[in-house]
Amino acid sequence: MASSPFPPKNSMTDRREKPDDKPKGTIRPTPDGIEIDLRDPLIAGVFAWLWPGAGHLYQRRYAKGMLFMVCILGTFFFGLVLGEGKVVYASQFRDSSQAYPGWQGKLSRWPFAMQIGVGLPAMPAVAQSLVSTKDAPPKFNGFMAPPLDRAELNQWNKDLGTRYDLALLYTVIAGLLNWLAIYDAAAGPAFSEPADEKSKDGKSKDDKDGKTKELA
Amino acid sequence: MILIAGILNSQLWHLVPLILAVSLVYGATRHELLSPILHHAWKTVVWMLTFMGVIFAALFVLSFWL
Repeated sequence: MASSPFPPKNSMTDRREKPDDKPKGTIRPTPDGIEIDLRDPLIAGVFAWLWPGAGHLYQRRYAKGMLFMVCILGTFFFGLVLGEGKVVYASQFRDSSQAYPGWQGKLSRWPFAMQIGVGLPAMPAVAQSLVSTKDAPPKFNGFMAPPLDRAELNQWNKDLGTRYDLALLYTVIAGLLNWLAIYDAAAGPAFSEPADEKSKDGKSKDDKDGKTKELA
Repeated sequence: MILIAGILNSQLWHLVPLILAVSLVYGATRHELLSPILHHAWKTVVWMLTFMGVIFAALFVLSFWL
């Protein structure tokens, strides 16, 4: 019978009982009653943004890292394929004179503010937006390049139909989901309710029961 | 019958992987262990489907007067 890749209850505590494996990072409780070592939360957060799930792999939370990677990247790339690579781009148009008022600048397309949440997989759009202009054709067969003008954007919508909107939705949601994963990498699982009810004397229920364990 | 045929051929099926991904990621940001993650994800799936089902039913009923 295959064992679960997720840590069993109290596995982190048990592992740290070995003298040569003491935690060196930030220790946080979780709603499931175990404590996790976030290592360096800032580095984990940056890794989690650059590549969904990478922050958790850095923290040795392998199962959650793989779950985030599969779910978020799967959603993003499914949307990318569904939209034939045309739904992720960073500027309104390569011909900036056709952009909507107030949105003429580079990296000014509002859905991209959410798509960039997946980090590196959306970065080709940044490069395309910075190098391609009205006179400079985009590289790599136009992958993640902005449309030249409104006529080209209209043609994309005509060719893809509702698939364009669905694909945009997928990539935007993937980016937004990764913000949740980044938070989880930097701060641990969020508590839906108070984790530890404090009594009037300042002691928690677990303290009274003698359940609290020394971490170091 | 037309409604069922419409649903079977509908782009609504694109919602299935989206709901699964959103539920699993949301559950994973609230828990650390597999069992609570799956339990939370299931509750989120049911909540979202119920929410959309209520809206669908309301619009479906309203459509008889349109």
